[in-house]
Amino acid sequence: MIVTDIKPVQEVLDALGGYRKVFVVGCGSCATASRTGGEEECTAWLQELERSGKEPAGFFVPEETCHVFLLKSMIRQSEAAASADAFLVLACGAGIQAVSAATDKPVVAGLNSMFLGTTYRAGEFLKYCSLCGSCVLSSTAGICPVTRCPKGLLNGPCGGMVNGMCEVDNTVACVWVDIYERLKSRDQQKSMTRINKPKSAGNARHRKVEPQRIARKAHP
Amino acid sequence: MKTLSEAIRHREFVVTAELSPRKGTIVANFIKTVHALKDKVHAINITDNQRAVMRMSSLVASYLVLREGVDPVYQITCRDRNRLALQSDLLGASVLGIRNVLALTGDHPSAGDAPEAKPVFDLDATTLLQTIGKLNTGVDLNDHPLKGATSFFAGAALTPQTSPLEPALLALERKIHAGAQFFQTQPVFDAGAFASFMEKIAAFRVPVMAGILLLHSAEQAINLNAHVPGIKIPDVLIKRLAASPDPHAEGIDIAAGLIGELKQSAQGVHIMTVGQEKDIHSILERI
Ligand code: SF4
Ligand code: SF4
Repeated sequence: MIVTDIKPVQEVLDALGGYRKVFVVGCGSCATASRTGGEEECTAWLQELERSGKEPAGFFVPEETCHVFLLKSMIRQSEAAASADAFLVLACGAGIQAVSAATDKPVVAGLNSMFLGTTYRAGEFLKYCSLCGSCVLSSTAGICPVTRCPKGLLNGPCGGMVNGMCEVDNTVACVWVDIYERLKSRDQQKSMTRINKPKSAGNARHRKVEPQRIARKAHP
Repeated sequence: MKTLSEAIRHREFVVTAELSPRKGTIVANFIKTVHALKDKVHAINITDNQRAVMRMSSLVASYLVLREGVDPVYQITCRDRNRLALQSDLLGASVLGIRNVLALTGDHPSAGDAPEAKPVFDLDATTLLQTIGKLNTGVDLNDHPLKGATSFFAGAALTPQTSPLEPALLALERKIHAGAQFFQTQPVFDAGAFASFMEKIAAFRVPVMAGILLLHSAEQAINLNAHVPGIKIPDVLIKRLAASPDPHAEGIDIAAGLIGELKQSAQGVHIMTVGQEKDIHSILERI
């Protein structure tokens, strides 16, 4: 799921600027699980808007906010939403943009989108994937160096590894040592001498040919 | 004095020094230092924004070294440049007459003086070595033909005293497959441990220059142990520096002693003096 972080209150208030009547949109999927955009967080923002001299218009928490058609129909059906000057969205970047696509009104981001996380247990998320567009997990023992090595190295470990820990943060294991150990447990460590080719910049910013839209038909 | 590649080919005991470009545009002292090292070392390594601290370009500084009649080892990291910039800088270096390149991954920007910088790492040391190999054969990374090939002598870095050792050895083997022709190591402080490391990699038959870091006080040594990843200065050396009435001279003695011992196991030494380049002369005199 997409793991998000709550933006500082002041940053959001600055972005709301002169808009008086604000409608809050949460998200019933990732942001609820992230504890950043569920009912509780929406209610807290309504109170914050009140305190800051604004007029909270109301809120809803769509099942999944990253769904333009769903958002369009929810906004259409809500008088409170229709009366607002602006929307404050507590969802990931895809959710915020869905709201932005579903309304002509200004939209303000309430969250920072962090990463595609693996849920370890409720409320605890591991930064495991950065949606790079060409997955290497089959050749790295199912452990992602693109995301979990701070340099994103495809051929590690680098010389900064000390006692199995990472140069950048000595409280975190070097992911290439993790990969090595996993391979060794299967007696496949020799495969590490194979050179992983440089990646295509993939889904990184500014790529010219990228899937702007993927359309798939439902199974009959 | 032979160039680095000639000296290695003739199996001479090679001595290289390391110099960082200045942070700024005044290069008079830099050139003076290079001049003082002329005919004392086979080559001078020029660091590339070492420890992610911004300085003058290593390419230009390498050219300044060459212009003084000293063989430069142009260090190039993957931290600040993508594959286009790396290759075009390498073509430029070749035209300037630079022959030795040390291909490095590079420290993460978080270690340096612009920690908010975007880390590039489009290539890594291994794929950069492969790229240099291709440029040497007259094509670029994507196999597009070049008008004129390069003829680089490419090397890489090595951490002999790391643990766990096996993943680092696998990475070393990979760098050799990628075309590394020589290695320069992180600082070595234990000649015995280094010799047994060299036995482990004997089958690869690659020339290795052991890193020598000049120590000048016990405090500095303690500081290095605490702050520089991978540096392990043994207590005996720290005690020697602490007990000495002239720790500076003691440091030179330690370095010279280590070099003497390493003559058995290493193809040469790579001396890092961090600003005390004038001491290289004293070290070499004492071997
Ligand atoms: S290789 Fe790419 S797609 Fe696969 S887990 Fe890593 S970031 Fe995600
Ligand atoms: S120590 Fe390991 S995880 Fe850290 S940057 Fe180097 S290769 Fe990546």
